Amino acid sequence: MRKVYLDHAATTPVHEEVFAAMKPYLTEHFGNPSSVYAIGREARKAVDEAREKAATALGADPQEIIFTSGATESNNLAIRGIARAQQHKGKHIITSAVEHHAVLDTCLALQKEGFEVTILPVDEYGLVSKKDVTEALQEQTILVTVMMANNEVGTILPVAEIGKLCRERGIVFHTDAVQAVGKLPIDVKELQVDLLSLSAHKFYGPKGIGALYVRKGTGLNIYSFGGAQERKLRPGTENVPGIVGLGRAIELAVSKMAEKNKRVQCLRDKLKAGVLAIEDTRLNGHPEQRLPGNLNVSILYVEGESLILSLDLKGIAVSSGSACTSGSLDPSHVLMAMGLDHQTAHGSLRFTLGDDNTEEEIDYVLEVLPEIVARLRSMSPVYAGKK
Amino acid sequence: MYTEQVMDHFTNPRNVGEIENASGVGEVGNMKCGDIMRIYLKVNEQDVIEEIKFRTFGCGAAIATSSKITEMVKGKTITEALKITNKQVAEELGGLPQPKMHCSNLAADALRQAIKNYQQQTDKHK
Repeated sequence: MRKVYLDHAATTPVHEEVFAAMKPYLTEHFGNPSSVYAIGREARKAVDEAREKAATALGADPQEIIFTSGATESNNLAIRGIARAQQHKGKHIITSAVEHHAVLDTCLALQKEGFEVTILPVDEYGLVSKKDVTEALQEQTILVTVMMANNEVGTILPVAEIGKLCRERGIVFHTDAVQAVGKLPIDVKELQVDLLSLSAHKFYGPKGIGALYVRKGTGLNIYSFGGAQERKLRPGTENVPGIVGLGRAIELAVSKMAEKNKRVQCLRDKLKAGVLAIEDTRLNGHPEQRLPGNLNVSILYVEGESLILSLDLKGIAVSSGSACTSGSLDPSHVLMAMGLDHQTAHGSLRFTLGDDNTEEEIDYVLEVLPEIVARLRSMSPVYAGKK
Repeated sequence: MYTEQVMDHFTNPRNVGEIENASGVGEVGNMKCGDIMRIYLKVNEQDVIEEIKFRTFGCGAAIATSSKITEMVKGKTITEALKITNKQVAEELGGLPQPKMHCSNLAADALRQAIKNYQQQTDKHK
């Protein structure tokens, strides 16, 4: 059966050049970067080079890059690290209602520990307003954390504006840029961010490796203890093959970015037109201010998991914000924060395209999807009620 | 994550639809959790379920359990049908993933609602 992968926001395959770069560090160059002898120095050199590549891609200095196991760890380290380091100044943290759970739940955990957390609302497109941020800022605010682009609906948030507001007031600003790397130009100085999280497997790198940009002079408290690796912020022997993979992947991700985005967006727009041509469907997220490969739609009168299962039977991999796939009894917190009703949220479908998708694949999806929707609707009591 | 039986009932659901002038109709679930099941019954004078149809809005488990129960009770008496539990439906399908056992495994409840509705209607006619 043919396989069409349209879930690149979940993860991406490792680019063959990335794999080729990593391979020697899994085998012959296995050394520990902390060892003084040649084989260790070789590994150290590879880690240093990868750090330079990551720094270049973000407009940062190499010493501002901390390698972690991924964005979840980066987000935890950033948020908890600032909270601990600055709690004497104040205990107020600001975040948004559409953050990934790695950010949201970290903030909520701090709330339980006595921090005050403001969760900014979003509009129907998933956007945070500058006015709401300004009004939420207090004397006691020590950290603002707002994502760069949303993983579910692809909406691009105004991080540069928020960064400016924070910098003017000397408040630390963190952004979860997991979905943005390789899709949006990132310059940490222009964005005025102090901390930025990323994860390699979202841009054709390996899983289990990520990074946190920590602007010079931003003090973080550590919560895991051990060796002196990663300026002691992230102790433990470096994941050398992973780091090498991240370095090569980010280098590839930012090269020819505009060209790749244009191609992906073109396919996405074709898919969007085709899906929205199905009766009783709607677009979720911002119509223009969104990631080039993201299409999030709601297909009314049917439930998301049954759509995913049906598409899977045709070899098509997509995701949904329905309760069944959110791991809880409620549908996606992102869609709910945008004001969608339960039925619309349960019927959401997320397609995220990548560099490897073809027009033929989009045609195939558009060929099979209407039949799937019609079949599920024929079973749906809500659809029968509509008629 | 789903058994072959679940996927079979999901892809080829039995007895989908409605019954005009049904003897009883039952509906359970709500849009908040994303599962709504409606069961239609045609019961004869001997209290035997002659015909049963369903419509379900929900995940694979919700659709499969709805389909399975229609197969299980067709031709059975009301008394026999009332003995069926949600757990039995899941077992007949070779089991359901744990998180689905509570939210989407409602077919026996929907059936019971339909039977209750049938009994209320026949009481009225007596």
